[in-house]
Amino acid sequence: MKHPLPLIWRMIPEKYYIMGSHCSTCKNDFFPFRQICPNCRRLGKVSEKRMPPTGTIYSFTEVSAPPSGFEFESPYPLAIIELDNKVKILAQIVDCPMEKIKIGSRVTMRFRRVGDDDEESAISYGYKFALIEDSASASAPAPSAKADKPAKASKATAAKG
Amino acid sequence: MRGVSIIGGGLSKFGERWDKSFRDLVVEAGTAAVIDAGIEGREIQAIYGGCMSSGRLVGQEHVGALFADFLGLNPIPATRCEAACASGGVALRAGFLAVASGMYDVVAVGGVEKMTDFDSADVAIALGGAGDMEHELFFGATFPALYALMARRHMLEYGTTEEMMASCSVKNHKNAVHNIYAQYRNEITIEDVMNSGYIASPLKLLDCSPITDGAAAVILCASEKAKKFRKDPVEIIASSQASDTISLSNRHCMTELHATKVAAADAYRHARLTPKDIDVAEVHDCFSIAEIMAIEDLGFFEKGKGGPASLEGLTALNSEISINTSGGLKATGHPVGATGIKQAVEIMWQLQGRADKRQVNDAEIGMTHNVGGSGATAVVNIYKRL
Repeated sequence: MKHPLPLIWRMIPEKYYIMGSHCSTCKNDFFPFRQICPNCRRLGKVSEKRMPPTGTIYSFTEVSAPPSGFEFESPYPLAIIELDNKVKILAQIVDCPMEKIKIGSRVTMRFRRVGDDDEESAISYGYKFALIEDSASASAPAPSAKADKPAKASKATAAKG
Repeated sequence: MRGVSIIGGGLSKFGERWDKSFRDLVVEAGTAAVIDAGIEGREIQAIYGGCMSSGRLVGQEHVGALFADFLGLNPIPATRCEAACASGGVALRAGFLAVASGMYDVVAVGGVEKMTDFDSADVAIALGGAGDMEHELFFGATFPALYALMARRHMLEYGTTEEMMASCSVKNHKNAVHNIYAQYRNEITIEDVMNSGYIASPLKLLDCSPITDGAAAVILCASEKAKKFRKDPVEIIASSQASDTISLSNRHCMTELHATKVAAADAYRHARLTPKDIDVAEVHDCFSIAEIMAIEDLGFFEKGKGGPASLEGLTALNSEISINTSGGLKATGHPVGATGIKQAVEIMWQLQGRADKRQVNDAEIGMTHNVGGSGATAVVNIYKRL
């Protein structure tokens, strides 16, 4: 899908850093960024806030009939992730076979190229998520220090799943 | 507000209409509705037209004016209404409000979509605009994918199975055998659905409504004047609409469409009825899981019981409640702008006893349920013979 350059530029904070918003009145976080807090409206005090880069898979699917621009990636896994501040976000899951993706798996953000733009438009980048391998089983907490370390225990985890 | 009734309705044949253009389809359905109502074109005072994506697909915008022009109804006001797959539903409600307010006595409401001329990957982009373009479609989320994400949660939370979902498609194909306007009039089995390839797991090809060309139209009239035109008008006794977050991920709960629940509660309150009073309903089965969630959210079955109820046949023709007698979106086809109006035409036929071999016995109260996007818009109407 072709995106105009200004759109790609405007979306940089959101797509590169998961920049959402926080309302200091109701203490809720939101993603995507909202100027108006849906709970407090004019009583809300909204400011920018980066969302946590780690979370848990809430639901997932594998897309086999892609929209134009995604043909070369198909089939690809897509998930709704509940971030550690309870905000949910939709993203692709990368760097792992479909069989390893489970509801409850811990994931962490990756920065990737998104879509397959034609040669005339700019390349867009954004967040995708990868499994935190050491804790791919449902309930294990996320050791965030290990998040980027490739794990070797994947076979055992996959067999269990 | 005064009462509003449907005095006539008509459909174009749904399907791959390569022989017909966007405007041809409008004329086919519009003419059928006018003839059915037994009125003259000059008695129509305004037009409301539902259409989602003519600009993106056909390249044609300004379709309100196109409707008026090619139906030969200039210079009456004509307005396009858009709410993704609920475009027909909101157009119908706009017409309802225009008559209920006393502004007009007779209005025409139509819906149309021309979709099969185009590559399915491009149609996926057009339909993807019904969700949050910047946060769903941007990452390759198609509509089957969004409903698949809901299906996966429904399976986890309530034990709904792929067979239960498949049974909705099987039942809808069975109903469509008797609908001459339907795109698919062949019966299918649960095995057929289970063996059709994945589109977005766990949803398979036969869990998904097809890409369709089609149009639908109804003529609305103030109830106090409706019997001048025909002896059996069908009154819209409630028309309710609700909104929810544009993106699926912002919902608190993904095993229901909250907008459906809000609109349904409002419609039941206005009509002073309960779910038990509904004899026949056309619900928005864009995907099989959507039918299961709809029959729960509309109150016909308890949350989580929609899957087993479908598998047990409780939603079949003349069972506990007859759901999607037309064949639903799955088998009649889903020309997105037309669907909300097509549902109203089917309910009109049911309440008038004109539904042929798919007639629900003693149907007195009917309902339509039309959804836009992944549930960001829902329109629920209740109907009764005047």
